[in-house]
Amino acid sequence: MNYTWNWGIFLEPSPEGTGTYADMLLSGLSWTIATALSSWVIAFCLGSLIGVLRTLPSKAARAVGTAYVELFRNVPLLVQMFLWYFVLPEVLPGSLGSWIKQLPNAPFYTAVACLGFFTASRVAEQVRAGIESLPRGQRMAGTAMGFTVAQTYRYVLLPNAYRIILPPLTSEFLNNLKNTSVALTIGLLELTGRARSMQEFSFQVFEAFTAATILYVLVNLVVIAAATLIERRVAVPGQR
Amino acid sequence: MFQNFDFGVVASSLPYLFGQGMVFTLTLTALAATGGVVFGTLLAMMRLSGVPGLWHAAKLYVELMRSLPLVLVIFWFYFLVPYIGAWMTGSPNPIQVGAFTSALITFTLFEAAYFAEIMRAGIQSIPKGQTAAAQALGMGYAQTMRLVVLPQAFRNMLPLLLTQTIVLFQDTSLVYVLSLTDFLGAASKVAQRDGRLVEMYLFAALVYFAVCLAASFLVRRLQARVAIIR
Repeated sequence: MNYTWNWGIFLEPSPEGTGTYADMLLSGLSWTIATALSSWVIAFCLGSLIGVLRTLPSKAARAVGTAYVELFRNVPLLVQMFLWYFVLPEVLPGSLGSWIKQLPNAPFYTAVACLGFFTASRVAEQVRAGIESLPRGQRMAGTAMGFTVAQTYRYVLLPNAYRIILPPLTSEFLNNLKNTSVALTIGLLELTGRARSMQEFSFQVFEAFTAATILYVLVNLVVIAAATLIERRVAVPGQR
Repeated sequence: MFQNFDFGVVASSLPYLFGQGMVFTLTLTALAATGGVVFGTLLAMMRLSGVPGLWHAAKLYVELMRSLPLVLVIFWFYFLVPYIGAWMTGSPNPIQVGAFTSALITFTLFEAAYFAEIMRAGIQSIPKGQTAAAQALGMGYAQTMRLVVLPQAFRNMLPLLLTQTIVLFQDTSLVYVLSLTDFLGAASKVAQRDGRLVEMYLFAALVYFAVCLAASFLVRRLQARVAIIR
């Protein structure tokens, strides 16, 4: 193998004129984290709503929930990304479409919306599974206590369901984090994209990708540690 | 909002989209799924073997692959495979590897990590008594695996393996970052040539949706049929 390693490359100034290659990768990492966290807010709220819809007694509500999940799960993420970025501004009424196109940081907002709606379908499946895994008696007990449906969910079903699905939700969060890399196709300057441009500028392919790999693994470890901490904090004493 | 649509561009590019694009996507999916299941099963067996170096290596591989984004792995192998090829053939320069081969290697190795986790669950779902019974009959490890454990593990995990293959089918669209002409790549090339992004991307989304919905419906039917009643 005649590849010339040069680990000092990270301290050399990047051709973008602001800081070194290391700064470039770290700025990519911060975009990755910002995108992952913002889209998770949408994914968690919308996903919980859709998941609850799929467990309601109303047939219409369940149909809406199922339609949403099937629609967003059966189209590849990259295609969804293109639909949000290239197609949505064109099919919206003229003024709204051009407002979207002129947004500063348009790739960021597009990626957040796209990942949010995409991951919501996955969160919804977990929330539904969590609620369905609870004994039927819990819902009945809620009704017997005189709770409305909303109160039953708020005080009985959801607090239990969320605790059960915490581990799969963590892995959905990690998937969401990894999926932010797909946004490099619409020009988001996230970590994989930055590693790719570092490789194009400096020709130090393997240093750039090794650094990105290590950063991804570190973020994964931090998320897993945080999830373990949360799991311990919210565990109901005496349960399991 | 649909008054400016030109669906003629979709109709005229159908032979290209399906003849080249979809054939590429399906070939890549089928080959990578087959390779991924074989390598994934090996990884699962390594991970469950309990042999110190072996299961550590399998665990590290699976965990590493699962913590990286597919796009990054695609880039890794795109640049790494020529060097590995040179190292294996002893050639002094990185050898030329086609983008298709590179993508095939990437998807096989990447999906193997996910298939390995499914097969690990499948192997663990076989009651210990069966392995013990096979050993009592005088079978060795290879025979036990080949004749007793793996056939049942595959059958139990078939729906999950197929669902993962549908995910793989969707993920192959990411070869777009290597400018390959898979189904989405073909749609995108026509879209950019004719300036018809809206029509082409909507059509691509529709086709993916129809294929995946139909496939997952079939998997659910199959799941009901092959399920072993215990």
